[in-house]
Amino acid sequence: MTENQVIIGLEVHCQLDTKSKLFCGCSTDYRSDGPNTHVCPVCLGLPGAMPVLNKRSIEYAMRVAKALNCTVLHESEFSRKNYFYPDLDKAYQITQYDKPLAEGGYIEIEGDEGGEKRIRLTRIHVEEDPGRLVHMGNTERGKYSLVDYNRAGIPLIEIVSEPDMRSPKEARKFLNKLRATLEYLSVFDSEKEGSLRVDANISIRGSERVEVKNISSYKGVEKALTFEITRQKSLIRRGQKVDRETRHFLEASGSTQSSRSKEQEHDYRYFPEPDLRPLHVQSWVDGIVLPELPDARRERFIVQYGCSLNHARTLTGELRLANFYEKVVAPDPKGLSALAATWIADTLIGELNYRDMTIDAVDAAGVTELMNLLRQDTITDKSGIDVLRVMLDQRLNPQPCETPAAIVVRLNLAKTAGDTGFLTAAVEEAISQHPTALEDYRNGKSGAINFLMGQVMKKTRGKADPGELNRILTEALKNREV
Amino acid sequence: MAGYEICFEPDDRYNAFLTTCKKVTYGPGKLTGVAVAVKDNISTKGIETTCASKILKGYIPPYNAHVVELLMQSGAAIVGKTNMDEFGMGTTTENSAFGPTLNPCDTSRVPGGSSGGSAAAIAGGMVRMALGTDTGGSIRCPAAFCGIVGLKPTYGRVSRYGLIAYANSLEQIGPMGRTVTDVSTLMGVIAGYDRRDSTSYNKPYTHTPRADIKGLKVGIPGEYFGAGVDPKVATVVNSAIGRLEELGATTVPCSIPSMEYALAAYYVTCTCEASSNLARFDGVRYGPAADTKKSWHDAYREVRRAGFGTEVRRRIMLGTFALSSGYYGKYYAKAQVARENVKRDFARIFSEVDVIAGPTMPTVAFKLGEKSDPLSMYLSDILTVPVNLAGIPAISVPCGKVEGMPIGLQIMGRPFEDERVIDVAYAYEQEVT
Repeated sequence: MTENQVIIGLEVHCQLDTKSKLFCGCSTDYRSDGPNTHVCPVCLGLPGAMPVLNKRSIEYAMRVAKALNCTVLHESEFSRKNYFYPDLDKAYQITQYDKPLAEGGYIEIEGDEGGEKRIRLTRIHVEEDPGRLVHMGNTERGKYSLVDYNRAGIPLIEIVSEPDMRSPKEARKFLNKLRATLEYLSVFDSEKEGSLRVDANISIRGSERVEVKNISSYKGVEKALTFEITRQKSLIRRGQKVDRETRHFLEASGSTQSSRSKEQEHDYRYFPEPDLRPLHVQSWVDGIVLPELPDARRERFIVQYGCSLNHARTLTGELRLANFYEKVVAPDPKGLSALAATWIADTLIGELNYRDMTIDAVDAAGVTELMNLLRQDTITDKSGIDVLRVMLDQRLNPQPCETPAAIVVRLNLAKTAGDTGFLTAAVEEAISQHPTALEDYRNGKSGAINFLMGQVMKKTRGKADPGELNRILTEALKNREV
Repeated sequence: MAGYEICFEPDDRYNAFLTTCKKVTYGPGKLTGVAVAVKDNISTKGIETTCASKILKGYIPPYNAHVVELLMQSGAAIVGKTNMDEFGMGTTTENSAFGPTLNPCDTSRVPGGSSGGSAAAIAGGMVRMALGTDTGGSIRCPAAFCGIVGLKPTYGRVSRYGLIAYANSLEQIGPMGRTVTDVSTLMGVIAGYDRRDSTSYNKPYTHTPRADIKGLKVGIPGEYFGAGVDPKVATVVNSAIGRLEELGATTVPCSIPSMEYALAAYYVTCTCEASSNLARFDGVRYGPAADTKKSWHDAYREVRRAGFGTEVRRRIMLGTFALSSGYYGKYYAKAQVARENVKRDFARIFSEVDVIAGPTMPTVAFKLGEKSDPLSMYLSDILTVPVNLAGIPAISVPCGKVEGMPIGLQIMGRPFEDERVIDVAYAYEQEVT
């Protein structure tokens, strides 16, 4: 059982969503502005400039520590991590080393073997983000690189887990849970590009550990881990040794590549940052009031709205989604909660992913209206999907958006219930156009009914009530039995 | 602000200045129109600031150090940037990439360092006051060698924002002047809280020197008069202490046993911090540009090899070594323990005495080129570095001459009792002039 067991630990860097940088007053809202526009002597590392700690970033980090059940240390301290790289303007990163802000803690996920599983945390510390290099051409043969210090000094927390995960799937669940928790705490914005970066430590039990760096997307983590597991297992299978090394994840190819040994041999020469005083913030912990966190909200959705465990898990897995759901059902929780849970968790998410849209782009009132149309039986489920798609497509375009009711009218999607004359005519037409189907029916092939139903549905563009159609069609066919 | 203007075109025979500002505007205030020189490791907006290093040649800071802002608000005329040992690393101002400064008292001798340019500018009569910086004696040593007054304030009393760091945990900006009164006045301008320096304290300096030292207890550490200290210097300083007794002070012999390790602790700490502080000088953002056709690490290596002088390279390598994995515990961590011991020794002595007195430097100013091996130069810092390790205030005031060269009396005080060391120096100065 433990043979070939996969062992995964993660180091997750998250940008804290503060207004200003960790050690200066520069704005963190740099993504839509030109390079080197959110900089000052401090975050440029100009000679003589000194860091001043942003109190808010420590408050944010402590919220995370409390939410993840960590112990905030009585005294923590900033240290310098010394290394040369052009994106690091001071040639050292101010981070925390042997006295981090918090230690211990855990995150609960749904484990591969079923049930809740605790992934232990080693520590949480606060540090500054370096700048960013932009390579002109590719890194190997490019003419030159440009450097942008807008990102330099953005506050990060690094959350280090114990090697408690056993599959890429568990790693993904850990990340999802962590992301959700950070969002619920209002300290993190996962929509911002590059706001989360992961280094993964991965090994096969009994072999050396490999560190994969530079994973900057949620999907990338699962890809990189899966690639590494395959690589390491096949090495072992062929009787070769897994080297203890650092590898880089290549997003484009989904593979990992060994870093040059020169870069691995870093000696960071840590020592305490002499320009900052030690932190004594343990006493703040009691004053932190945590908001409702994902697990509590999930349980509430089950109790309050009668959601299934899976729906509740999906809906509360992202703060925005959970808020959206509650907004949709708010006008009539009793009548809408079950219907909306199914529609949002099972249908809407897929349609959003297909369009690469986020939930923020969807109008909750419109979805409430759509739910009401469905509930009042005005349209079929099939038409409901059509209306939803139109609603989403209209959101993508600059044109004004229609209400679901207007879409139903314009596309003539109202259910044909009661209008049997119309349905009977459509059925008669279908039967006469497909004599072979009638023949098949007469020969006892049950598939013929389904085929003809499909034809009528196509003709009526899905608005026929399936039950009613079945009744009329069966009757019409019976009448033709010889 | 209403602007006045002065012309500053000194006859700089001593190579005290790296940059002079010919036309200087100034406003009203406590120091209105007073010519003040600023050491070249303190950032001045729009005025080249090089730390006497080739690696910063051409660097014009886009911002002012906090103390420079305060000087300007006080009406002072900042007339130029003074020479120094490169990045403050030296005791003679010979380690300048732009040539040594000469001692105005004897041009065949060094002015001391690293704030030698500031001291020579004052002693040579070019300015009335100057800012220096003191990491291990860099204000007090040149003050002693050039026969002027220099104060190393309590750590945290003067903002370091804008001071190009050599060893952050040890250094302070401080006032230098011809008289204790001038030093006190300048201290009043530059001291005080600055939120941009997280190690700064809210202790403004509003003191006017008083000559009354009756009943003052003065500790006399044996180590300051023992081996390595020129007996002629010891004699002059002893008679100066005698004058303090005549003024009503009593002397108490004391001992600082931790001094045995002070020099080692100092050099480990300052080289470690320096190796990190100076790593940013890579030719990417300022200074001579890196050759972009080379890979970045090759370009860095060339820029740094060409840009730093021998002593700076030596200290970067020492610090890099001492911080390396496996050596941290052996050097940096031990140095911090020794540093705590020095602090404890001072605290113990200051529970019994008000100030400690002794010579500033063990000898008079060296001849140019005399201290050619680094170790003997390091040894000459033995009487000044304990103060920096402990973060306490200390002043050097002229107290006589040996072979025609000035000697400095060093008065050390309790943390944040800069006023008291000023008073003692003032009392002595009033007595002898």
